[in-house]
Amino acid sequence: MNGPVLSWALPLAMLLLAAAMLICLARLLRGPHAQDRILALDCMYLNAMLLMLVLGIYHDASTYYFEAALLIALLGFVGSTAMAKFLLRGEVIE
Amino acid sequence: MSDAATATLPLWLEILVAALVLAGAAIALLGALGQLRLKSFFERMHAPAIIATLGCWCIMHATIIYLWATHGPALHMLLIALFVAITVPVTSIFLMRAALFRARRVGQNVPPSLSRVPPAQE
Repeated sequence: MNGPVLSWALPLAMLLLAAAMLICLARLLRGPHAQDRILALDCMYLNAMLLMLVLGIYHDASTYYFEAALLIALLGFVGSTAMAKFLLRGEVIE
Repeated sequence: MSDAATATLPLWLEILVAALVLAGAAIALLGALGQLRLKSFFERMHAPAIIATLGCWCIMHATIIYLWATHGPALHMLLIALFVAITVPVTSIFLMRAALFRARRVGQNVPPSLSRVPPAQE
């Protein structure tokens, strides 16, 4: 498994990333306008992607986590762009 | 799980990976804190950019170093960072235009649109 340094550094990094996701969740629930909520969701999927990468190191470089991180990046981009387009135009595909 | 012979790193490499991962996680926390602390939406727009650039690149380098040291040459992590570097500006521009559009419609004091036809021709 992981050595003496990584065995405490990786859970600490996961804790920091989870705290960042919780802060983004607070902004998502509190944000006064719709664009604030979309921005918070955008920030949150980036944090989730980084958390997946750190989990991938923690579980001994399992490739499933890296594919999950790639999927989160892809779907987060599509979702954020579609919601921003909806705010701009009132519909997603014209 | 792989066998124990490939999973142990030398100590200096482990310290390097730990420092990169902790730096990336701390930068992500800073970006999220900016998301919470800044006042207006247009200030808040800037905060997550540091997650997508510096935080993402720090953690990606940590994973590349770890994978390279334990499982041999691997560069497919670069795909994630390149993809994020391409897509995040697109999302930011869309969201910024949507926010400007909505701010103009409710009559806030924001700069006027540069690409709109004048009202006489509408």
